[in-house]
Amino acid sequence: MRSELTRFSVVKSLLKNRWPQLFGFIVMLAGFLYAIMTGFIGTPVGNNNFSTVFVWIAWWAILILVAVPFFGRGWCAVCPIPLPGEWIQRGAILEPPSRKPRRFNLRWPNKLRNIWLQNLTFTLVALFSTVILTTPKVTAVVLAAMLFLAVGMSIVFERRTFCRYLCPVSGFIGLYAQTAPVELRVKDKQVCITCKGKPCYNGSAAGYGCPWDVFPGGLTKNTYCGLCMECLRTCPNDNIAINLRPFAADLGQPSRKLDEAFKAFIMLGAAMVYAGVLLGPWGELKSAAYSVGTVAWFGYVMAFLAFIFGLLPALFWLAVKLGQVLSKSNVPARHVFAAFATALVPLGLMFWVAFSLSFVLTNASYIFIAFSDPFGWGWNLFGTAALTWQPYLTTALVPLQTLVLVGGLLWSVRTAQKVGREVKIQPVPVIVFSMLVTLVMLGLLL
Amino acid sequence: MKRSEILSRLLVIAGVLLVLSVPLAVHFYEGQGIVEIHGRMAESGGWSPNSIHAQVGVPLHLRLTSDDVMHGFAIGQSDMPVVDVAPGKMTEVTITFNKPGTYTYYCTRWCGPNHWRMRGTIEVSGGSSDAPQPVSPPLYMTLNLNIDAPHPAIATPTERPSALRGAAFAAMLSSSYLTNDYYRAHSPSQAYLDLRADPALSSLSNPNVWDLVAYIWQSNTTPEGRAEGQRLFARNCSACHGESGGGDGVFSASVNAQTGKFPANFTDPASLLGASPALLQGKILRGGMGTGMPYWGPIFENETIWSIIGYIYTFQFDEVQK
Repeated sequence: MRSELTRFSVVKSLLKNRWPQLFGFIVMLAGFLYAIMTGFIGTPVGNNNFSTVFVWIAWWAILILVAVPFFGRGWCAVCPIPLPGEWIQRGAILEPPSRKPRRFNLRWPNKLRNIWLQNLTFTLVALFSTVILTTPKVTAVVLAAMLFLAVGMSIVFERRTFCRYLCPVSGFIGLYAQTAPVELRVKDKQVCITCKGKPCYNGSAAGYGCPWDVFPGGLTKNTYCGLCMECLRTCPNDNIAINLRPFAADLGQPSRKLDEAFKAFIMLGAAMVYAGVLLGPWGELKSAAYSVGTVAWFGYVMAFLAFIFGLLPALFWLAVKLGQVLSKSNVPARHVFAAFATALVPLGLMFWVAFSLSFVLTNASYIFIAFSDPFGWGWNLFGTAALTWQPYLTTALVPLQTLVLVGGLLWSVRTAQKVGREVKIQPVPVIVFSMLVTLVMLGLLL
Repeated sequence: MKRSEILSRLLVIAGVLLVLSVPLAVHFYEGQGIVEIHGRMAESGGWSPNSIHAQVGVPLHLRLTSDDVMHGFAIGQSDMPVVDVAPGKMTEVTITFNKPGTYTYYCTRWCGPNHWRMRGTIEVSGGSSDAPQPVSPPLYMTLNLNIDAPHPAIATPTERPSALRGAAFAAMLSSSYLTNDYYRAHSPSQAYLDLRADPALSSLSNPNVWDLVAYIWQSNTTPEGRAEGQRLFARNCSACHGESGGGDGVFSASVNAQTGKFPANFTDPASLLGASPALLQGKILRGGMGTGMPYWGPIFENETIWSIIGYIYTFQFDEVQK
């Protein structure tokens, strides 16, 4: 059941036109550079600096509570990080130039055409997250590093290799974009098969070849489509559609890739660790996570890695094996493991939503303070600089989080059942696993 | 190049320049004639800058902010009220100095184990005369006291001395004992021995003589002075010496870790009754060598120091009228 949004000419022309997107890019790039600048030269006090407050409270809230669940990769469509690099790579900001600039345009190595590197970059950021989240200078360094890396990779490699293979944020947005009720798909695959020149992938005078290195004709899930709308502009057959669809439509086709399965574990585990470290009452754990480079921090790192890459996958593996034994299945365990990890996608997303509700509602009042006085220089741009910290919706928080977590569990159970039918394996052990981790998360948050 | 491409490039460049340059320009413009001071815990660098210049009669505009925890800002030997310096917030103060000299600004909040090291100086020049005024040396120097030497009490009371009880025998006292000079130059235990040796007081018991000592000590202070001393002690001294003077303040353990010594225990008669007000003045003015006791000379006025000293002796003497 799908409803094509691009059948409305207003929507279609708005999406095809480059100017609205460019304005979005400019606003986001300005905000991004402003965040870097405030981080470097503003107050080092995290909760009074625009950099940390804007990125880790305001942007994060919008991303995880609205953008990802409802628009999938909608954020990637206006993310400013690729803009400077693409300008150099393409030699233009708007339409393709008549003469292509000479660049290396190397292809990304085949062995790295997966999201293992994104798993690694996200894990790296996660290990330093307590410092990154609270220290404006470190936030600025991370943002600047992402920008420079994206520019460097655009000069050396073709398309958006940074976004597709390295960006720590892009990896999990792609994973959870599968649950979004919006998708970009072709209307008729047969048209793509017979299309000459495949301008959606290779580019034409009307637009660039897919920056995400995806052939739209083969799209079956949202994970790697950045919603940049280039294919909508280049398709000579008007065969690209933006559809509204039911939530989690992509999860009906379970993944068989281990890198994607591990992304699900990393995200699920990181949400649990963050809930314990950032919201829990354990002061020693908090200070160990914060004391980068100390023995205590190395202990925290080892525990973090062991939990995400060891304990969680091992327990899940046992659950999957048990399901295989119960079903007397001969399907390779690796495939079943990766397929059932799809059930962790809605669960992980809801873990992040529940965690973020707590984090964001507790700290949202800092947004008003930091927007009025972004550098901590004593400005009062919107008259809200003198507001004091106060948490919002404290009474509604616990019921809301419970609802989200239980909802996530039910969604995960339904997905596990679907996957079970697909691979013909008993899903009950995986459902028990989901229940157990949900109980732990409930205990950590409530 | 197409016009649309030129326009888009201009828009991107303008957006970037606008967002980067406007805040810097505004900050530069606003910062004219203002000295911005950042407070950090002493372990992270203390005040920055820690040295500024000012002119007599010319208002000095300061913008204060903390880069870590809550600090307090005060200028020693001035009547500027204490200002809270909150993390990430700016507090503006304007001060006008009416005489030249070197002023010390310091933190008034117990921000960390080395809190007292958070100090900076303001060099104030100009005015009617830049020549330093002649200053008389402090009493402990005039008396040639070795303030680093141990000063155990020669005698200690068997019960807590009372100024109120001592007042009953005040008529028997020679007026020379009640002078400020006598009080400041003698420790209570020296005073006790002097009184004990006085034939006019031979009929008094030892506790009665101690009560007279307490009376002499009270007579040389005022209730207002002791109240002021108590307020300043609570703000500046109790972090190490403890609210009740027991040498057990919140930083006592870290002082011990740094120096191997605990802060002085004013509730111990054997220690405090062996110290004269002049000796305590020296310790407060100059600090204690190797003990972790900071110097307060540039911060407190002389009378303020005497008020604190007057209050310190109340840890030993009872029934002092407040």
